[in-house]
Amino acid sequence: MQALRHKLGTDRNILVQYFSWIGNMLKGDFGTSYFYEGDQVIDDLKMRIPTTVQLAVMALALATVMAVPLGVISALKQDTFTDYITRIVSITGIATPNFWVAIMTIFFMVLFFNWAPPLAYVDPWEDPWVNFQQLIFPALALGTSNMAFITRITRSAMLEVLHEDYIRTARSKGLSEKIVIFRHALRNALLPVVTLSGYEFGRLISGTVIIEVIFLVPGMGRLLITSILHRDFPMIQATIVLIAVVVLVLNLALDLFYAWLNPRIRYT
Amino acid sequence: MAVNQGTVQALPDPTITGLRPKRTFLQQFVTFLKTKRLGTFGLFIALTMVFAAVFAPQITQNDPYVIVVDQIYDSPNSNYFFGGDHLGRDVFSRIIYGARISLVVGIFSSFIGCTIGMMVGVFSVHFGGKTDLIIQRFIDAMIAFPTLILAIAIMAALGASVMNVIIALSIVYVPSTARILRAQYLAIKEMDYVLAARAVGAGGWRIMIKHMIPNAFALYLVIVTFHLGGAIIAEASLSFLGVGSPPDVPSWGGMLSGAASQYVALAPWLAVFPGAAIFVVVFSWNVLGDALRDVLDPRLRGTGPS
Repeated sequence: MQALRHKLGTDRNILVQYFSWIGNMLKGDFGTSYFYEGDQVIDDLKMRIPTTVQLAVMALALATVMAVPLGVISALKQDTFTDYITRIVSITGIATPNFWVAIMTIFFMVLFFNWAPPLAYVDPWEDPWVNFQQLIFPALALGTSNMAFITRITRSAMLEVLHEDYIRTARSKGLSEKIVIFRHALRNALLPVVTLSGYEFGRLISGTVIIEVIFLVPGMGRLLITSILHRDFPMIQATIVLIAVVVLVLNLALDLFYAWLNPRIRYT
Repeated sequence: MAVNQGTVQALPDPTITGLRPKRTFLQQFVTFLKTKRLGTFGLFIALTMVFAAVFAPQITQNDPYVIVVDQIYDSPNSNYFFGGDHLGRDVFSRIIYGARISLVVGIFSSFIGCTIGMMVGVFSVHFGGKTDLIIQRFIDAMIAFPTLILAIAIMAALGASVMNVIIALSIVYVPSTARILRAQYLAIKEMDYVLAARAVGAGGWRIMIKHMIPNAFALYLVIVTFHLGGAIIAEASLSFLGVGSPPDVPSWGGMLSGAASQYVALAPWLAVFPGAAIFVVVFSWNVLGDALRDVLDPRLRGTGPS
């Protein structure tokens, strides 16, 4: 018992333990796993970070591709039947837990196409097409609530922009409706959409935990849950810290993208 | 609405008070029901759910914990309305009893979390300076973690139980609430009536309790309503992952995990009904929150549930 305590380092003062953990973490050493003895935690995690990031980015891309046109159409046809349907769909999407969407996706896939989540995961650089097929449904299930949210903000941003003076000016110049919508309205309406969808990264990464468990994707989230079940504390700590780092990096990337998109904030 | 009445009443000019007659709470409520149809619908469903949770033993005769071997994977029938699960328990009564867990976790965690967040925000603004700086850096550190991940981390340390879910979710909702309310309190602190209160010699506590908290109370209520829906989904997610309520407790998220998601093609009722229950309840709270926000604080229009 004493020997084990000494090996795990739990015989030291709790503050000493905490600071030595922080110090080692900054050097990139997260300690060794309790469960897979002798494994460096960081080696297990390294393989899984890209998978989770890929899943989250795919989900956000899919959600944006579907949500922005929906939001624009909904705003252009305000208070029509199309608008009501879109709004109901988006409120529904926000209220549906994504693990239920995932279970239902599997259900319908098994029912109609005889498709089941693959047991062996294929890396994108081994076979990009098979990897895409494996991740497309998890990404869809993950993206539903984000899609609903983005549709909603696109609609309200578009409605706001359409009442601006420069839209009236553009119309009175005799520009075609297409140019007014795409070049004048949509460009400006997308700015708040980009900012707000950045806050979604946190929710997306939270979502990947559940989606990875259901669809058997070997990402960070599934590692986190199995580590909790194994009481593998070094692994849990490392995973949670790295998830936070991933979210921060993705948010930073989005901020840089936003600065590129909107020249007005570059000089402030 | 109730918040602004204080300032209206305080006006000495009778013509102005006459122009804006004071409306009772009941009148305001009736206006709410008339103008906000969708919100009323949400309120109705939310109240139905509270009713179901309170009178669960009267609604269903079957014990949600009793295992009946004959009924394993039984399809929906006259005794088991929604069928039997992998241990032969009644899915219908587990859903009705599950409403209790969802409501208790949702209401307690959002109220406790938002109230602590409100206090943190008001202290942070009132003391200002270094205190504010330190509190805000702590909040920064907590916000860096996605909400569900933070909840999972706390649950991993505390262990699975309903009480711990409430504790974990309360902690998770503190930083965001404190951040939003702090911005509001900063604006209120610069208002003339706070200056006036200070001029007549009101102390710090009096200003905090009588002026700052009531004037941001509408925002607080809106945040609580949105977190309530979020907390119900979060509880379901935690239980689904096996780190929330223990597996024997009838919770909607727990019912969806394990057999329900593995054998969804063979016994779809195991997955369809608990999921539908979560959806209906969260939908109703979100819609109610939307309507409340429009009525109480129109400036917040367009901000979605967080």
